[in-house]
Amino acid sequence: MKYIDEFRDGGVARGLAAAIAGAAEPGRRYNLMEFCGGHTHAISRYGLADLLPASVNMIHGPGCPVCVLPIGRIDNAIELAARPGLILCTYADTMRVPASQGLSLIKAKARGADIRMVYSSADALAIARAHPDREVVFFAIGFETTTPPTAVVIREAAALGLANFSVFCNHVLTPAAISNILESKDVREIGTVPIDGFIGPAHVSTVIGSAPYEYFAEEYQRPVVIAGFEPLDVMQAILMLVRQLNEGRAEVENEFTRAVTREGNVKAKTLVAEVFELRRSFEWRGLGEVPYSALAIKEAYAAFDAERRYGITYRPVPDHKACECGAILRGAKKPVDCKVFGTACTPENPLGSCMVSSEGACAAHYTFGRFKDVAVVARPAAVPVVEGARA
Amino acid sequence: MCLALPARVVEIPEAEVAVVDVDGVRKRISLALVDGVACGDYVIVHVGYALARLDPDEAQRTLDEFARAGLAPQAAR
Repeated sequence: MKYIDEFRDGGVARGLAAAIAGAAEPGRRYNLMEFCGGHTHAISRYGLADLLPASVNMIHGPGCPVCVLPIGRIDNAIELAARPGLILCTYADTMRVPASQGLSLIKAKARGADIRMVYSSADALAIARAHPDREVVFFAIGFETTTPPTAVVIREAAALGLANFSVFCNHVLTPAAISNILESKDVREIGTVPIDGFIGPAHVSTVIGSAPYEYFAEEYQRPVVIAGFEPLDVMQAILMLVRQLNEGRAEVENEFTRAVTREGNVKAKTLVAEVFELRRSFEWRGLGEVPYSALAIKEAYAAFDAERRYGITYRPVPDHKACECGAILRGAKKPVDCKVFGTACTPENPLGSCMVSSEGACAAHYTFGRFKDVAVVARPAAVPVVEGARA
Repeated sequence: MCLALPARVVEIPEAEVAVVDVDGVRKRISLALVDGVACGDYVIVHVGYALARLDPDEAQRTLDEFARAGLAPQAAR
C-alpha cells in the first residue's frame, strides 16, 4: 500500500533507532509525551519502545476521545437510545465502553434499543433520510479530526430541512487538553510534570495546522514535533525532539509535511466555526473539568442539537478510587504503578479511562507490553525431586 | 479514533464525491472538506471524508530524511 508500507520498514526503523541512540546525550533523560492515542497504539503495536535507548521515556497522553469521554455521557447516550422509536447512530468505538449499572451501548442494543454502528456521520444522515418517521440521533465524539464531518452533516440536515435528525455533540479540543496537562492544579498534588517535549497529533493537525502548538512551544518552553501515525514517523519525531532538546530549542517542527501545513484545512476550520461554539467547560475522564475544551452546537443550528431537543442533563460518574489515570495521563505515573492495573482493571472491565480503548496508555501496555514486566526465568526441565535433595 | 489512511482517488462520479482505492478495497467518500481533488491524487481519509490531499513530493522528502538519519547515526548528534 503506497504511502503506508514504506513508512513501516523495519530496516529503516533500525537506522533511525541507531540515530536516536547516537543523538541521546549520556546522563540525560528525555521524557516525551505522545499526545495521541494513534501514536500510543503505533508505539505499542510496532514495539518502538524496544528500539529506543533507555534514556528516552515515552509518556502516553490523553489523546484518545473514547478514553476521555466521561461515563455520564455514555449514560446519556443509552438514555437517548431507550426512548421509544429513536435510532441512535454511533461510531463503533463507543459500543463497548462500560457505563453505569453494568450497561454499555452494545448491551443496550442487545436489550432491544435501536443502536446502529456507523462508519461515517454521512451514514447517520442517510439513516435519518431513510426513516422520516423515526427520530435519529448521531452520537458525535472525537477530536478536531472527526469534528468537520459532523459539521458537514448538520449543515446538510439544515439544507434538507430534515426534522428527524439531531446530533449529541461531544467533540473535544486538543490544545485545551495539552494546556491542562501542563498547568492543572492537580499538578501540585501529583508533582511536577516530567514532560520535556511533545509529539503532536497527526490527523488533528491536518485540520488545525501546526500554528496552534506555537503557543506551547513558546509559553511552556517545550518543543513540539507533529508526526504521522506510522512507526517511522514516530521514530523520526523522537529524533527531532532529542535534537531540539540537545540544542536547547523549543520550537514547533513538522515531520508530517506530506499532509500538514501551518494553517491546516481552512475549509474544514471555517465549517466547524460556522456550526460549533466553545463550551465553557467539559469533563474529561482522567483529567476532570477542563475549561473551554469542547464544542457545542450553535444557536443557529439548535434544531439539530440533541442536548436541547431532548433536554439531556449530564450527571458525572466518578471513576474507581484506586484509579491512577490522572497521574498516568500527565506522565507522573506508569500503568504498572496502579494497584488495579491488570487485576481489577482490564480491557474487558476497564475501571479508568486509560484502559477503555486500545489507544489508551493502560490498554496498550496490557495488550502489547505487560509480559515484558515479568522477568523470564529459565528453569530446567521437570525432573522427579528426590526428597532431601533440594537445595 | 483519529485513524485515517492515505487512499488513491480513482473516480469522481459527482461533485464532492470520490471513489478511493486502498490496496484493492474501494469506497465512496466525501470531498466536502477538500477542494480541487483530481483522479490519481492521494487523500487522507477519515470516517468517510477526505481531510487533506497528500503531497507526494513532501512524502518523498520525509522518506529521504529517514534514510539520511539512519545512514549517519553519529552525524545526528
